[in-house]
Amino acid sequence: MTVHHLTTPLTDADLANLKIGDQVLLSGVVYTGRDAAHKRLVDLVNQGKELPIDLEGHVIYYVGPAPAKPGQVIGSAGPTTSYRMDAYAPTLIEQKGLKGMIGKGSRNDQVKEAMVKHKAVYFGATGGAGALLAKCIKSAEVIAYPELGPEAVRKLVVEDLPLTVINDIYGGDLYEEGVKKYRIE
Amino acid sequence: MRVIDYQEIVDAVAKLCMEGNFDLGQDVLNALHRGYETEASAPGKDILNQLIKNAEIARNEQVPMCQDCGVAVVFVEMGQDLTLSGGYINDAITDGVIKGYAEGYLRKSMCDPFTRKNTGNNAPPIIHTQIVPGENLKITVAPKGGGSENMSAIAMLPPSAGIEGAKQFIIERVRQAGPNPCPPIVVGVGIGGNFETCALLAKKALLRDIGEPSPIKEVAEIEEDLLKRINNLGIGPGGLGGRITALGVAVEVYPCHIASFPVAVNINCHAARHKSIVL
Repeated sequence: MTVHHLTTPLTDADLANLKIGDQVLLSGVVYTGRDAAHKRLVDLVNQGKELPIDLEGHVIYYVGPAPAKPGQVIGSAGPTTSYRMDAYAPTLIEQKGLKGMIGKGSRNDQVKEAMVKHKAVYFGATGGAGALLAKCIKSAEVIAYPELGPEAVRKLVVEDLPLTVINDIYGGDLYEEGVKKYRIE
Repeated sequence: MRVIDYQEIVDAVAKLCMEGNFDLGQDVLNALHRGYETEASAPGKDILNQLIKNAEIARNEQVPMCQDCGVAVVFVEMGQDLTLSGGYINDAITDGVIKGYAEGYLRKSMCDPFTRKNTGNNAPPIIHTQIVPGENLKITVAPKGGGSENMSAIAMLPPSAGIEGAKQFIIERVRQAGPNPCPPIVVGVGIGGNFETCALLAKKALLRDIGEPSPIKEVAEIEEDLLKRINNLGIGPGGLGGRITALGVAVEVYPCHIASFPVAVNINCHAARHKSIVL
């Protein structure tokens, strides 16, 4: 099993080394966003307006964290299901230079095509392990849309966030390959 | 006629909301450990190990095991010889949910379906009440995550589909859900009743401890066959490929109309959260 230590922002050279099934320990700045924030970001792109965050080379983590308890940086923070962002992801990849997405669950063909064409990857984080994953988040601040509560855009600084490459820039899909290997007819 | 105080219900519900989110049931933990022993895929084993560690952190630090602290689904069995002082029972439950989600630092996930504006306090809960004999009040809080709920489905099959048709519908639904509902999953199935009762049976099936078969022999056999065939799908923990796609399958049944054969499948992630109290 290949393990890559990567720090954001990601370069095309970083992504060229990643293959489906590889483990990545990701450090640096990661932005959060889910359904409502994505809708707003893509509306801004379509209107030709500036985004509140610079996505060039960056990674969006699909997460709506639980509130922090006193003394905590952030509450539990595992991935949400990614397909709900499929309608928006290609625009951010094609027009804003988004290089990585972290979530769980399958992406549609439009997202996969955009990842191959514009060089971006989709990472899986362990769904249901929100208390464990929160330990890798060293700081968190809301930087846009605070009124969205758990859906606000946060700037996280992460250290060794454990991820698996699900879709690489070569068109591979770990979910499809994994099921083929273990399916019993 | 026994009288129970409004605030006693509020406090009990608040506690159940927190316990449900912090403390994964021993039945699920045992199933995760058993799954770890049998899982053939190395990435699959790693995911199961992460989920076991995650449950330990949640319990030890009293934090939610998942950031999705769910819709608060509340099952109430109210004795017919019991009455309430100080207010209406559904208000007491709602106040309990608001209190529990605030004091437990649990995520609030309820919103207006059109504007998508968050209600801000995880209210309203979804309450299913049954009047039963006696003077006790049993309350079960089952926080239910959105990602797995979205993968659920109901079919009004023709009776000619038979048990095999029902099984194929359930297995196909799990196959299509693939990695989305955070496998390993728990599968609740309702068979019979009518449209709304069938869905409720599937939800109630999720309240049963994992590994506890239906007391009806034929139904237990259906559960066993479904679990085997679902695990043959190869989806595995995290959807990365593997043997452990489901930790358990529970089926609840009810008689239905001669023209109908309703089948509902309610998918839960591994966090099959439910805590009960009898007051």
